[in-house]
Order: sequence, then structure tokens, then C-alpha cells
Amino acid sequence: MIARLARGLGPRLTGRSPGLLPRDSAGEPWLAALIAILCFLACLAAVGAASADRAAHGWAGQLRAEATVQVRPRVGETGAGAAARAAETLAGVEGVAEAEAMDRATAEALLRPWIGDAVLPDLPLPHLVTVRLDPVTPASAVTLSRALAEAGLDASVDDHSLWRGEVERAAMIITLLAGAAFLLTALAAGAAIAYATRAAMAAQRPVIETLSLNGATDGTIARLYQARFGLLAAGAGAAGAIAAALLVAGLRGLGGSDGFSPALPLAWSDLWLLSPCPLLAATVAVVAARITTLASLQRRR
Amino acid sequence: MPESPRRTAEPDSTADTVRLEGVGFGYADAPGVLRNIDLILPRGSFHFLTGPSGAGKSSLLKLLTLVERPTTGKLRLFGDDVTSLPRRSIPAVRRRLGVVFQDFRLLDHLSAFDNVALPLRLAGLKRADYAGNVTEMLDWVGLGDRMAEVPPSLSGGEKQRLAIARAVISRPDLILADEPTGSIDADMGERLLRLFQSLNQLGTTVLIASHDEALAARSGARILRLEGGRLAGSRR
Repeated sequence: MIARLARGLGPRLTGRSPGLLPRDSAGEPWLAALIAILCFLACLAAVGAASADRAAHGWAGQLRAEATVQVRPRVGETGAGAAARAAETLAGVEGVAEAEAMDRATAEALLRPWIGDAVLPDLPLPHLVTVRLDPVTPASAVTLSRALAEAGLDASVDDHSLWRGEVERAAMIITLLAGAAFLLTALAAGAAIAYATRAAMAAQRPVIETLSLNGATDGTIARLYQARFGLLAAGAGAAGAIAAALLVAGLRGLGGSDGFSPALPLAWSDLWLLSPCPLLAATVAVVAARITTLASLQRRR
Repeated sequence: MPESPRRTAEPDSTADTVRLEGVGFGYADAPGVLRNIDLILPRGSFHFLTGPSGAGKSSLLKLLTLVERPTTGKLRLFGDDVTSLPRRSIPAVRRRLGVVFQDFRLLDHLSAFDNVALPLRLAGLKRADYAGNVTEMLDWVGLGDRMAEVPPSLSGGEKQRLAIARAVISRPDLILADEPTGSIDADMGERLLRLFQSLNQLGTTVLIASHDEALAARSGARILRLEGGRLAGSRR
């Protein structure tokens, strides 16, 4: 009795009008849970994509900032001497920040983990020059090759473009996969909303008929379902986003300076990616509910 | 009779409220529910529609509320041909109707107050604009002390009065009532008849479908008789 009086008097006392559609206390919690889970997964996909993209760009940036030159000494010239001459030549090229000939000890140190000490002293090693490029206006491989040729050096330049392309392509594929996962999640949420709208309309057919007979337009009825499912999806989207934010924050907090791992460098700024989730979920729900309601009402006549 | 905010355009005073020309209606499995009905309800008229069960009274009301469409003939409401009115134009016509359904069609999740306010709310009026009228209307039908109750907690007679209050709250141009006194006692039946009569005196066209021949006779209204889907006669 108290609940009935509160239901009736509450809106009167507060000046609010109660909802024209009855609540579906059985189905709505399940729908909210489903949308929250879908939003949680979509948020993780978005953060994962952003993080993988960040890692790939970091690696590609490092590769882009450096070039490696292999020098072949001419007759009567030592490898170390040729490398030193090449480094000197390259240091004067516009777009080069620093060029340094790699001495044998450094080259052996790089190879030791792979080859071991046994054969390393007898192994003929290439004579390399590491070139750090200007980050703003980096010199191209062609420029470096031309400068070396003009200096009479027999050398080949590797600007890491092969590896950089692989890394960038991998990053693009990860981003596309994450985008596809996000779209599929949105479609799944839209389908769930459409199904729930149809089920609600079937269960509430007498209510809809009464509204219609009292002058409600199809648009008015559609707006009732839009508001019902839009609010539900916004709340569920917020719950999913908060759960994802807690997980991401936990991983970021535990991950230290790497963010989580070098391949998945989470950043605190990734949490901002999750903020539009309730709005996006509500938008998907509103669109799905409107299309479904109007189509169902049209089919009835 | 309490004053209510009108929610419709003024009717065309020169047009008949209802005009049926050779109207027929039927279902795939039950053709000929209504046959060749010619009927005019002038603006401001008061008619009872009587006849045995299955005569077609409810079907005729379904045509007039645009729930169903005639299979033959022409139907005009408020001067406009609504025989094949597009769906989007139906709500505007329905807002000029006040309908009392035999099964009440109340919204069980809304209070009595909000059920009566429904047509006004759907017409876009603000709560502050209609709250006084709705309260007054509920007082008038004897439900002033039950306005916070939901329909499932009301008796059959109370639901009927609530349905009638909802039908007349917006001062419609045409009131259609299907057995409006079926669930109430004789005193309340007489009181509701007087309500319909006072609305009629204010210019509202009234059509009541009823088994109650005695009530129809006492009303002084013109009585239309349907038999086997045909209009069998008209008398006062």
C-alpha cells in the first residue's frame, strides 16, 4: 500500500510525470549486464589498440631516427680507417645529428649473446657506422649514399625502412582488428537492444495500443523506448567503462615504467579513451530502439 | 462538469461529425461483420447504438476509432475522408476522440491521476497546466480520494469511471463509448449518462454502444439498432 501510494503521489508531489511504459523488471537487469560486458570488452579493445599503436610507433620512430652504414675498405685501407672516414663524412651531411664508427669491441659485444666467445675473435665482422639522424629533418638513405660515394667510399646504407614497414604494418593490422572488434561489439549491443525492444513491445502491446488510441504518434512511442533503452545503455556503458578503467589502472599501476609491457605500454591517458563509452552505448541503443520501434509499429498496420 | 483544457482545433461547424457511406467491414475468416452502413451523426448529436451481441457494435466503434479500416464504402470524420488515412495522420484525428473501451484499457502501472491525465500529456500539455483539471475530474466521478491508486486496486465500477474520466478529460469533439455502464450500478449509470448529456450540451457529439435498452430509452437520445451487421432502424 505504501509503495502504491508513493508511486502515485511521488510524481505528483515532485511535479514529475511517471514513465508511460511499465518497467520490465525481469528482462532489463540481464540486458544491462550484457551491455555492460560488451562495453567492458569494447573498452579493453580500444585501450589495447591505442597501446599497441603506441608501441609500434615508438619502435618505428626509433628505427626512423637511425641508419646503419656498412663500409667496405679499399685496397690498402683498413676497415677501421674506412669506417672512421665514413663517419667523418656523414657527420657533415645535413640531416645527420651524429655518426660514429662502431669499433670491433662494440660489434663483438652485440654479437656475443648470439654467437658466444668461442668463434668471435676469428669471425670477420662488417665495418659499421651508426648514424643518428636529425629528428626534424632526417637525411634520406639516398643523401647518405651520395655523400659516401662523393667521398670515394664503397658503402651501403640501411635506413631500416624494411623493418619499419613491417612494424608499421603490424600496428595498422592491430588497429584494424581492434576497430573491427569495436564495431562488432557495437553491432552486438545494437542487436541486443533491438531484440529487447521487440520483446518489450510484444509484452507491452496493450499499453502501446492504449497510448496510440489516446493520440500518441509513432514518434512519441519510439521516443519512450529510446529514452528507456538509451538510459539503460548509458548506465550499463558507464559500469562497463568503470570496470575497464579499474583494470587498466591496475595494470598500469603494477606495470611500472613500461606501462605494462614493452609490447603493451599502457598510459594513464588511455583512461580518457573510456570516457565516451556511456555516450556511445546510449547512441547505439537510441538508434536501435528507434529503428526497431518504428519498424514494428509500421508492420502492425 | 469540470472545465478541461481543450487540446484540439475547433471542429468544422458545417461538417457532420461522422458520415458513413455504404460502409462494409469484415475479417478474412469472418466477412460481412458490417454491411452497407449509411450513417450520419451530425455535430452535437447524441446517439445510442444498440443491438444483440455480434451485431457489429464494437466493430463499428473500431472503424470510428481508426483501429480498423472499412473494406468497402467511405468513412468521414469531422468532414474529412479518413477511409484510407495515412498512419501518420491518425493521431491528430484520435486526439479529437474520447473513447471508453469495454475492457477499460487503463494503464496498470500508472496511478488513477496519471491515467486520466494521459490524453493531455500525449497532447503535450505540462503537468502544471492539467493537474487541477484532472483532480477536479476525478472528484467529479467519485475517485477524488483514490487518485494515487493504480487500476488493479480499483473495483470494476471504479475502473469504468476512471476510463470515462480519461475519455472526457480533454473535451473531445466526439465521444465513443462501448458499454460504458456495464460494470457500474444503476445510480452511477444515471450519473454518467448525465455527464455524457452535459458534454453533449456543450457541443460534443456522443455515440454510446450499449445493451442497456432501458438506459438508452431514458436518455432521450436517438437510438440506432444494428442487427447482423446492418443498420436495422433508428428511433427516438
